[in-house]
Amino acid sequence: MALLEVKNLHTHFFAEGSVVKAVDGVSFDVEPGETLAIVGESGSGKSVTAMSILRLIPNPPGEIVDGEIRFEGQDILEMTDEQVQDLRGNKIAMIFQEPMTSLNPVLTVGRQIAEPIELHRQAPLDKALEMAKVLLRKVHIAEHDKRVSSYPHQLSGGMRQRVMIAMGMACEPKLIIADEPTTALDVTVQAQLLELLKELTREGHSSLILITHDLGVVARYADRIVVMYAGRIVEQGTARDIFERPHHPYTIGLMNSIPKLDQDTKEKLIPIPGAPPDLANVPEGCAFNPRCEFAVEKCRQQRPTLEPVAVGHYKACWVDVRS
Amino acid sequence: MGRMSTAEPEKLVSVSNLSVHFPIHASGVVKRQIGVVKAVDGVTFDVFKGETLGMVGESGCGKSTTGLATLRLIEATGGSIHFEGRDISKLSRGKLRPIRQRMQMVYQDPYSSLNPRMKVRDIIGEPLTVHHLAGSKAEYRQRTDELLEIVGLHSYMGDRYPHEFSGGQRQRIGIARALAVNPSFIICDEPVSALDVSIQAQIINLMEDLQQEFGLSYLFVAHDLAVVQHISTRVAVMYLGKIVEIASRRDLYRNPSHPYTQALLEAVPVANPALEAERAHRIIEGEVPSPINPPSGCSFHPRCPMARAECKTVTPELKEIDSGHSVACHLFGG
Ligand SMILES: Nc1ncnc2c1ncn2[C@@H]1O[C@H](COP(=O)(O)OP(=O)(O)OP(=O)(O)O)[C@@H](O)[C@H]1O
Ligand SMILES: Nc1ncnc2c1ncn2[C@@H]1O[C@H](COP(=O)(O)OP(=O)(O)OP(=O)(O)O)[C@@H](O)[C@H]1O
Ligand code: SF4
Ligand SMILES: [Mg+2]
Ligand SMILES: [Mg+2]
Repeated sequence: MALLEVKNLHTHFFAEGSVVKAVDGVSFDVEPGETLAIVGESGSGKSVTAMSILRLIPNPPGEIVDGEIRFEGQDILEMTDEQVQDLRGNKIAMIFQEPMTSLNPVLTVGRQIAEPIELHRQAPLDKALEMAKVLLRKVHIAEHDKRVSSYPHQLSGGMRQRVMIAMGMACEPKLIIADEPTTALDVTVQAQLLELLKELTREGHSSLILITHDLGVVARYADRIVVMYAGRIVEQGTARDIFERPHHPYTIGLMNSIPKLDQDTKEKLIPIPGAPPDLANVPEGCAFNPRCEFAVEKCRQQRPTLEPVAVGHYKACWVDVRS
Repeated sequence: MGRMSTAEPEKLVSVSNLSVHFPIHASGVVKRQIGVVKAVDGVTFDVFKGETLGMVGESGCGKSTTGLATLRLIEATGGSIHFEGRDISKLSRGKLRPIRQRMQMVYQDPYSSLNPRMKVRDIIGEPLTVHHLAGSKAEYRQRTDELLEIVGLHSYMGDRYPHEFSGGQRQRIGIARALAVNPSFIICDEPVSALDVSIQAQIINLMEDLQQEFGLSYLFVAHDLAVVQHISTRVAVMYLGKIVEIASRRDLYRNPSHPYTQALLEAVPVANPALEAERAHRIIEGEVPSPINPPSGCSFHPRCPMARAECKTVTPELKEIDSGHSVACHLFGG
């Protein structure tokens, strides 16, 4: 059984007179131990998808209007608030992009790591603090003995992100959701942290949902990839499928438009024309159609559904662009 | 390669031993100076006519400060800057003004770098007014229309405000403004980092087309090594206020020689899962030290897997190890 099954998820935001369909019919599974990457441009609904899984959507203006999110078979959307509380920071951990806003500035990092252990494991504070030290060592923080009593502002950006990871790992979660966990960090520090995250998930046999727009990171760390565009999944498959045999025109466009470090050529990039749509006003039919060179009449009228093109590889597009 | 060409490439910009040290003051009533940040510490490079010099390095290593000081938008504490053969580092504001016109800047953040209360036409036209190039109202209109078109926008868009544009469009506005005064040199400080991946290629292509059309030279600052590889003729790598390696694009990426350049290139994941599965992932420990209190000797030595005794005490000089390829590292007899 999949660890997480997201089925037909719709999360919308309501403002005067307009509805932003941030997530509009998204389905995917996460298997135990796998790393699933969610990629897509800014505003395509990646973070809203992640926040929906933990029921962190601010209401109003947001609402999960339809769908199911099954974790170990149980629908999170049907759970009581207490049950969801018990999942967060326990069986499911979330690591955000900006550690400074998600860490408490007036609590030592030791206390912050110890808190979920106290809460979910009913451990006494001194025990929990001991475990916090062990966790700080695990995330390779030098002088972890002293660092437990540091405050967030006394740490570098990379160290704060390590603390976030240590907090996330405190209760040995089954699922870690990392939303752009390293974009604010330097290249070499980013590599250290992603390697660490991967090592920890391997050790604990946990699954990882990695949200990023960095296709290099995806190529290195993901087993499978979900490509989102305007609140919908346009393609889904193994990392090799998506990079080597992309089927959806948006995915193909994305692959052609990025310069690649392993290809030292001066050839012109092939950009995707136009700009992503306003989610309060998504084009009829296929949301990509105004930017798509393959679009036919049907694309402007009917919304394509996610259909298999090979085992485990799906695309939502009316045209067979590879033949 | 360089030897094959018939004529020496012509230097447009020549920066020599540039340093920018910011004073740090104690907090409190008396703002006593308690130290300096050596944001840029002895940087030397040339930009040739029609080329793009890429500049990479981690956050805080001094890339933006180098760019700003080269244009004299902040004052250097040492060194010289030659532009079109003339030392501009000591020119008065008045004498600098006509030269300024030839050197422009495009900024990273297309959201905060445009005045939200100005119409796009006036944002683009402002440098024309400043440099008294506008002439009549009709000329102003014609020139701003032309600029909008050059960067792929429509002239009717000139009457709108920045918030009505997407990130990519705003970056086009920033580029149009830089082009308004017919510059020969543009410093692009992370011009695509804030943009969506699918939009970046549009802007990169636009910048390449403009370079061709107007014979522009670029100093292109970015942290995305693939973007820099794509756009650059030569590449400089900075670490903690210094250039540690500078070479042609090919040499730098195929034959990186400074241990930091090597570490940087190994740390960056490549968008190719098959290749990634086979690549070695040696990852250097630690983070970039503070420029307030940089390590002695080679400032990379605390993180360097190759460091030896002299690296801790002697600062290596930038030395040419091959034609057009210079490295600041003791492994190369620095
Ligand atoms: N609290 C909110 N109120 C109203 N709209 C929201 C809210 N949060 C998100 N949205 C909208 O939902 C859409 C999807 O946003 P989301 O944050 O999921 O994008 P994303 O794919 O994570 O983008 P990015 O790469 O920029 O992080 C956007 O159009 C956004 O404006
Ligand atoms: N006005 C200033 N006063 C004091 N210190 C400054 C000032 N401007 C920059 N610095 C410091 O100088 C160093 C270099 O900064 P700079 O902005 O040039 O780095 P950068 O390489 O452009 O970094 P990034 O990639 O983050 O843009 C940093 O340590 C920065 O904090
Ligand atoms: S459905 Fe049509 S418009 Fe959409 S991606 Fe496929 S071909 Fe293009
Ligand atoms: Mg997001
Ligand atoms: Mg900068």
